[in-house]
Amino acid sequence: MKLFGHKLTASATFGMAVVAFFIFISLFTPWIAPYSESANIGGTWDEPSAKMLFGADQIGRDMLTRMMYGSRMTIGVAIAITALSFLIGILTGLVSAVVGGWVDVFFTRLVDVMLSIPSLIFALIILGVFGSSIPTLIMTIAVLDSTRVFRLSRALGMNLTVMEYVEAARLRGEGLWWVITREILPNAWAPLVSEFGLRFCFNFLFIAGLSFLGLGIQPPYADLGGMVRENAAAINFGMMAPIYPATAIALLTVSVNLVVDWMLSIDARPSGAQAEL
Amino acid sequence: MEDSTILNITGLRLLSVAGNVIVDNVDLQLQRGEVLGLIGESGAGKSTIGLSSMCYARAGLHIAGGEVVLGGVNIRALDAEGRRQVRGKRIAYIAQSAAAAFNPAHSLMDQVCEAPVLHKLMTRPQAEAWARELFVALDLPDPQNFGSRYPHQVSGGQLQRAMAAMAMSCRPDVLVLDEPTTALDVTTQIEVLILLKSLIRQYGTAALYITHDLAVVAQVADRIKVLRHGKEVEEGLTQQILHEARQDYTARLVAVRGAAASERAVSATVQPETVLKVQDCHAYYGDFHVVRGVSLDVQRGETVAVVGESGSGKSTLARIITGLLPPRSGQILFQDKALPATLKERSKELKRTIQLVYQIPDVAINPRQTLREIVGRPVEFYFGAGRAEVNARAQELMTLVELPHDYLERRPGQLSGGQKQRVCIARALAAKPDLIILDEPTSALDPLVAEEILTLLRKLQRELGLSYILITHDLDVVHRIAHRTAVMLQGQFVAFDTTDKIFENPEHPYTQKLITAVPEMRVDWLDEVLAKRQKAAA
Repeated sequence: MKLFGHKLTASATFGMAVVAFFIFISLFTPWIAPYSESANIGGTWDEPSAKMLFGADQIGRDMLTRMMYGSRMTIGVAIAITALSFLIGILTGLVSAVVGGWVDVFFTRLVDVMLSIPSLIFALIILGVFGSSIPTLIMTIAVLDSTRVFRLSRALGMNLTVMEYVEAARLRGEGLWWVITREILPNAWAPLVSEFGLRFCFNFLFIAGLSFLGLGIQPPYADLGGMVRENAAAINFGMMAPIYPATAIALLTVSVNLVVDWMLSIDARPSGAQAEL
Repeated sequence: MEDSTILNITGLRLLSVAGNVIVDNVDLQLQRGEVLGLIGESGAGKSTIGLSSMCYARAGLHIAGGEVVLGGVNIRALDAEGRRQVRGKRIAYIAQSAAAAFNPAHSLMDQVCEAPVLHKLMTRPQAEAWARELFVALDLPDPQNFGSRYPHQVSGGQLQRAMAAMAMSCRPDVLVLDEPTTALDVTTQIEVLILLKSLIRQYGTAALYITHDLAVVAQVADRIKVLRHGKEVEEGLTQQILHEARQDYTARLVAVRGAAASERAVSATVQPETVLKVQDCHAYYGDFHVVRGVSLDVQRGETVAVVGESGSGKSTLARIITGLLPPRSGQILFQDKALPATLKERSKELKRTIQLVYQIPDVAINPRQTLREIVGRPVEFYFGAGRAEVNARAQELMTLVELPHDYLERRPGQLSGGQKQRVCIARALAAKPDLIILDEPTSALDPLVAEEILTLLRKLQRELGLSYILITHDLDVVHRIAHRTAVMLQGQFVAFDTTDKIFENPEHPYTQKLITAVPEMRVDWLDEVLAKRQKAAA
């Protein structure tokens, strides 16, 4: 099978299928979920049955329904965070690279300071102070994550600003906005898109982690990390409850990575090319 | 098979992964001690053939057919280990860019000795002794200790010679030289050429000499094979190729290279109006004094050439004029008005009047934009033209640079090198400039294509009354299109006069050295130069 003229590997096909599956579920949850998000259907940690395919959670809600809503929430928030962090990171990174001088020094040092504090601790402090609402959560993680996007886009920008076509645009007298959006950005898309996939994974895990600690998405909203925490005690009784959301987290993370790996491999060299020894 | 045939390639065929034929049915025989020149334009498959003689194909290619028989053994039939045994030991490769071929983390001696020790031909002390002998033969400075240096500590020409030593370290039967002097300055090129030639003679090594420069290959090769699009055009003795080429293509190659030395086709376009005047400019990179007091003037319709070797400061001069590097002292006058030093201070109108054409067209135009955007943008930007006007002007510009109008929808990746350079020229013309600075406009192009670009530049000068500042290291180009020429050495002009005077009566010793170092299309040119030098030394 081929996609965009490149051969798909088995792992990439698997990854794409899983990612597509998750996207589909997330988009249509309210219509395809068997029950409503917070309806109590059965008892605490009921065994899987025809009525509830994955059983019930700690207060008797349908696990499958909760997982659908949970995926929708976690994926949605992770995408929002990644998009926002890319917006901030690309903009500041490319401005830094193109303008240089004190602007570059300012942004780079700021990012150095932010990177010197472990991001989980940083997030815990901010969310502890301001409380964890979904907008604060998105803003906080996006700003923290944008530091890494900044580094990448600044490096890409540095390589591209020295190209003569960029110099030609500057000689013509083009402004900063034109140089960034028309000369540099179109040539930086490929690595940025694969980085988007990777950053999405990290953010997805990060929210799941925060929720697991109780500082992420707050009840009554379902989310995968929170579900692991809420159902964690079930493991003591040999029940599967926390395994389902945990598996969903792992499955999506691995799948996105498989897709990104494939994208990076087509970026690196023409398909099938290898030196003949 | 005769005993004296050392390398015999028959029916060589290489395909790309996409299935394109890169090299098509090429035969090649090399006798012991013989030098065969492979010549052709870029994309002719010269380097690919050179590497296939070691049964190596670059990523994206594979050898689809043919035999490579080295000293009676078909190395295509060998496995990877068998081929490894042959490479470096019996057949060795000298790459074009020595700077990229050496590992900067190891000393030169380590790298020169690596192959014979690895192939178990010599012990390390033996290899070192032999390396020193080679350093002496290659006239490297302080041959006893030369090997302890690292690649960045020696000059480009020395590094190229060190690579020759590396290739010779196993005393191979065949050397493959892939454009060994192309990346060097003319005066360095001649030194390296002399030494390579004597090295090959001294040890009786057979060699494949790959180059695009007929005059260079004429000095070293016994026979020449002309290639085009992966196919053989013709093969013959060097004399015969130079003087009685059988094929039209060969004749054209010879003619272009030969014409350079004789014909002058300068158009009479100069008008008595000074467009640009540079007065006693000094420029620095940090503390390094790059341009040391340069004065220059350009008349309307005139081409002023600035020649010099790499590092002489000629490109810096272009950066000063365009405002990319403000001079520390000195003044630039544009049409008798002082030109602000930095780009920021210059008005849009001033930026418009001076345009720059770069050396490497591949990186001078944005690969993600269509030609319509590339060529149309200056029209839109400088003249505030509407969409229809931009389109009309873009088509007009395409006509001027002799490209079809439907190319406007293409992106640079779909063009050849020469066509890309035409686009760069069109972009410069779009601004309706008074002065175009041409920074090595033909250096990255094949000779026949370069010739077309020069013709185009002359035509445009005639039609539009443009002034050019031509920055180049290629004296042929200068001789052909420049009205006046400045010779630059270490940031200063050592000569600035009409081109005829510079060439006919070079006063400064450096100018003389530069002019005599340009290879001529005669077989015995190199020997003559050598004899002259020895006489002068004695």
